[in-house]
Amino acid sequence: MASTAAAAHGESTWDGGSSPMGASYGKLMMWFFLMSDAFTFSALLITYGLVRSSHKAYQGAVDAFTFSQNYWPIPEKVFESVPFIEGWSAPLVFVGIMTFILIMSSVTMVLAVEAGHRMDRKAVEKWMLWTLLGGIAFLSCQAWEWTHFIHGAHAGKAVVEGTTFFGANLAHNQYGPPDFAAFFFFITGFHGFHVFSGVCLNFLIYFNTVTGLYERRGHYEMVEKVGLYWHFVDLVWVFVFTFFYLV
Amino acid sequence: MAHAENESHITVLPPDKEKIKKLWTVAGILGLITAFEFLIAFTMHHGPLKTSIFIAMTIVKAAYIVGEFMHLRYEVKVLFWSILIPLIFIVWMLVAFIYEGIAISLVR
Repeated sequence: MASTAAAAHGESTWDGGSSPMGASYGKLMMWFFLMSDAFTFSALLITYGLVRSSHKAYQGAVDAFTFSQNYWPIPEKVFESVPFIEGWSAPLVFVGIMTFILIMSSVTMVLAVEAGHRMDRKAVEKWMLWTLLGGIAFLSCQAWEWTHFIHGAHAGKAVVEGTTFFGANLAHNQYGPPDFAAFFFFITGFHGFHVFSGVCLNFLIYFNTVTGLYERRGHYEMVEKVGLYWHFVDLVWVFVFTFFYLV
Repeated sequence: MAHAENESHITVLPPDKEKIKKLWTVAGILGLITAFEFLIAFTMHHGPLKTSIFIAMTIVKAAYIVGEFMHLRYEVKVLFWSILIPLIFIVWMLVAFIYEGIAISLVR
């Protein structure tokens, strides 16, 4: 039989040793992990969509908007503060800066991958450092944003007769229905934790590059795998940015 | 130093200028789309048209990130489709749940 003959020469696909998807086991598994992670994030964002569309939307003019428990807030009226110039109305500017930081760190990551293909250790080190810096900068921005969101800046709203509530927690918030703050914490928190994990992994890659582990191994595939994860984190932020802050 | 020892048998290739230029172009496109989204956020009235523009731009950005940065566009077809096809479930989930949410808001 022809197939037996081929197998004897080790040419059959079923003999193993070939990668039908043209990617190594590790890279493939990273792709499928990211797939499952995409489902988790989609579940969160879609639940946000469900709850938001089941609440009343604000109908009036944007300028006349006030926070109320009766309708879902307009994001640009909630997220309008920037560090050092608090009190000024700068809607979505800070979150725009955060988006820019994350996109830039994605670029530096892909440049590190490119340098890895060329076995250029110095360049991998340089671009990994920039990527780390971007990740840490993003996390710092998020820390500020959470603090600001939790403490609140403008006049609070009355929760019970005579008491005013400032900021937000999982039970109450001054911005709108309780679910609004809950989703803010869960979605940006889950994403932020991914960024944190990414920064840890990036540091590991940087460390292994500096110690010359990948150079001795003969390839920089780990940079590629962690790069895939890092781009995914950036990708999720693109969706969070649109569905949580813009729409 | 270990580095000096290694240098003898490691060949460092020169930077692929064309590839690097392409990556920066993609970064520029992503930045421009985000800037354009900002422009729309403050110049258009809220409504289905605005939402659709945002979603369309998000998909374009996602395509650039996954296709170019994650290199999926250049992978083997089997890998490409085994990543893209399962996304149908996400689209279906989105449609079903938003539909459900609107129905809830009507009976509230």
